[in-house]
Amino acid sequence: MNTRFGEYGGQYVPEVLVPALMELESEYQRAKKDPAFLKELDGYNVNYGGRETPLYFARRLTERCGGAKIYLKREDLCHGGAHKFNNVMGQALLAKRMGKERLIAETGAGQHGTATAMAAAVLGMKAEIYMGEKDVARQRMNVFRMKLMGAKVHEVRSGSKLLKDAINEAFRDWAASVENTYYLLGTAAGPHPYPTMVRDFQSIIGREIRQQLIVAEGRTPDLLVACVGGGSNAIGTFHPFLDDRNVRMLGAEAAGEGLDTEHHSATLTVGEVGVLQGCKSYLLQDENGMIKEAHSVAPGLDYPGVGPEHSFLKDIKRAEYVGVTDKEALGSFVLLSQVEGIIPALESAHAVHAGMREAAKMSKDQIVVITISGRGDKDLETVFDMGVVQ
Amino acid sequence: MSRIGRAFSNAKAERRTALVCYLMAGVPSMPRSMEMVMACVRGGADVMEIGVPFSDPVADGPVIQEASVKALENGVTPRMVLDLVRELRSRTDVPIVLMGYYNPIFRFGEERYVKECISTGVDGLIVPDLPLHESGSLMKLCRESGLDLVQLSTPLTPDQRAAELANATSGFLYLVTRPGITGGDTGTTPDMERQVRRAHEANNGMPVAAGFGISTPEKVRALRGMGADGVIVGSALVALTLDGSSSADLEKTVATLAEACKGRTGEG
Repeated sequence: MNTRFGEYGGQYVPEVLVPALMELESEYQRAKKDPAFLKELDGYNVNYGGRETPLYFARRLTERCGGAKIYLKREDLCHGGAHKFNNVMGQALLAKRMGKERLIAETGAGQHGTATAMAAAVLGMKAEIYMGEKDVARQRMNVFRMKLMGAKVHEVRSGSKLLKDAINEAFRDWAASVENTYYLLGTAAGPHPYPTMVRDFQSIIGREIRQQLIVAEGRTPDLLVACVGGGSNAIGTFHPFLDDRNVRMLGAEAAGEGLDTEHHSATLTVGEVGVLQGCKSYLLQDENGMIKEAHSVAPGLDYPGVGPEHSFLKDIKRAEYVGVTDKEALGSFVLLSQVEGIIPALESAHAVHAGMREAAKMSKDQIVVITISGRGDKDLETVFDMGVVQ
Repeated sequence: MSRIGRAFSNAKAERRTALVCYLMAGVPSMPRSMEMVMACVRGGADVMEIGVPFSDPVADGPVIQEASVKALENGVTPRMVLDLVRELRSRTDVPIVLMGYYNPIFRFGEERYVKECISTGVDGLIVPDLPLHESGSLMKLCRESGLDLVQLSTPLTPDQRAAELANATSGFLYLVTRPGITGGDTGTTPDMERQVRRAHEANNGMPVAAGFGISTPEKVRALRGMGADGVIVGSALVALTLDGSSSADLEKTVATLAEACKGRTGEG
């Protein structure tokens, strides 16, 4: 298997994890060609996960923007409330196949942790979730959901106490437990084979969009839009269309308080190439190579790295990436709720903003698909505390 | 033979296990770092391993994590660590290995980093998140300039890869005593003896030094009994630089460990 996307990706991990990653790679290679594995995964996707998720024509949002037709890919309706399910179910079945009964995972917003807890419950496995102390405080409902489903939640107090630090702790756990434990990484980053494997499991989003839009409009979209933290829902949306040269792709990163401030997570827009947590990619770092703290109102986006395939797509100009500020995302969070009755996750609200901005510039016979990666129930407390809704 | 190689062969000639001591640069402070390193040397360290702090030390346990945070708070940069080595070189000939994660090296520029290491008097590098199959360009640069690049091997490493690592490493082979991160009080893996043996079988002239969780003279003696050519003590010493201990305390601890390095082994 190719371990890289251009110069990005690779396998920058301590030696102790190398045998496990090699085992994972070969097991994944076998599983993805095994009809029994694929059938089992498909069964969970359909009957447990609620796939396929709708591709919904957002009429009122389209009218509001006055440009291209806007469709929403409703990953928020996937079981657990986010696209995270797609990857988790695939990897958890793989873990089971490998005979590992204990799952560990990191989580930022808590969506990946929740999905992992769900998969562990339904497959009768054990789950332990690492979550930054700051995220535990701002995503309490998800912490409760994880615990309710039987997962153990470890509060991470090292470093910036956010997603990046939760990943560090998960790697440290794995280094000691690798013989009986499966590290269920939640995004299309980390060491090979995770970026490829997570992308493959998430590509169900883009494959469904293609089929659904053929039925609805008889053609492919002009523009795909998705938010990018680590970048798993975006790569899942984009990847099946990479060979369709007429389909543009736009990733919305968190510009936080603004790209000219220190408080953002716009890795691709303003970061520089480096190596973090197993892969080479764009990073937020200082001149000495120390990783900077990322910021976003959306906990699932504040990661100072990004999946290596996005770095490659940026360099070859196959996809574009833009920053959306906290304020803009909050505006779209409210707007989509009021215009369509859909409360998006704060992460997805970044994509909504970027998609609306583009749609307004496009003609009425063009089509934009925005992936709503998750639902916003988890963010209600944050948003109400900010006084956005009176 | 490199300065590191000579240190191991001298220890062997004296029927000692070589003692490798690890300290984080800039802890408790940049000026006191020098004093702490010299205390280790006086206590009997054969090789000094100096940590270059990184924001995300994923292979390290709580003690070295805390030391990294402290060093970064003290403003320590890779440049300052190199300057520390330059200054140390005016006082000691002890071999110096820099242990640091890959991103700061990548950011510094591999070529420039290797060049600066040579000019300041560094003898080798340990890059814990750069496994053999990712270290091609750095290894080439190190070979060309005579800098040792130390590979790590673990109890989980399959035999074939362990042999590759034993042949690819230079200076010494770092044998990780158990799966996990640095520090902590753990028993010695019974498998250690086999690990040492397979490394020696693959590359007979290459010294092997065991590290991770080695904190007491008893453990040093146990590893000596298992045939290790060297032992690496890190967290136990770093802890003394974090808890306000004096350099005299540190020297005493190192001397006790050095004593265990020459004691009788289980095999007599």
